Amino acid sequence: MAKSNKPIVWGPFAAGGTVTAFVTPVLILLTLSAALGHVPDGLTYEGMHTLASHWFGKLAIFAVITLSLWSSAHRLRSTFFDFGLRRDNLIAAVVYFMAIAGGLACLVFLLCI
Amino acid sequence: MAKQVSGKPYLREVSTTQWYLRNEIYLRYIARELTCVFIGIYTVILLVGIWRLSQGQVAYEAFLQALRSPTSILFHLVALAFSVYHSVTWFNLTPKAMPIQIGEQFVPDNVIIGAHYLGWAVVSLAIIILAGVF
Repeated sequence: MAKSNKPIVWGPFAAGGTVTAFVTPVLILLTLSAALGHVPDGLTYEGMHTLASHWFGKLAIFAVITLSLWSSAHRLRSTFFDFGLRRDNLIAAVVYFMAIAGGLACLVFLLCI
Repeated sequence: MAKQVSGKPYLREVSTTQWYLRNEIYLRYIARELTCVFIGIYTVILLVGIWRLSQGQVAYEAFLQALRSPTSILFHLVALAFSVYHSVTWFNLTPKAMPIQIGEQFVPDNVIIGAHYLGWAVVSLAIIILAGVF
């Protein structure tokens, strides 16, 4: 049977697409509120620090950020192809590397809190 | 009567960089694909927020202050529109990606889609309440 890495790439893409579909619009509303000068209690330093200090909060933040990065990277790869950039192997390597680097950075930041 | 067979097959010329301008369906497809750019950039903003949070109160509050720039507000509005478009297209595709069969019958598409919209509303409301907006 031919070996394929498609399930490994596609699994987190599907998970990430679902996570971003459910939470990204409301997260944007919350940071938009902060951008307009009304910082919700949960987004103040105390609120975010309390959330990110708890293991469950760390897990939730890590899951949302890594899955969003991965699904964006995967879709960006096909978007580049759609816009005529046909060097798919190179683009795939770059976008997936950036997603993994972002995920690792997120892990390090969370462990520092 | 035998047809003349040409040695050269007909190749339709398709622009590799502007093919999606040909019709509305392609345009909707490319709009859906472009949602990743805005969701991706927004996720990087969140990541920067977590980085600044890890550096302490002064750094995090500078991050909140930076969010208040006009560019940031404009980006938020555009990203909001694209992220809602992603949610709508994603949920509308779920019956195709994940058909549910009970006995001999498939659960109707609009039931699966409706359940996702309901879940989306509940999750959004829960996050708004947890974030202490009210």
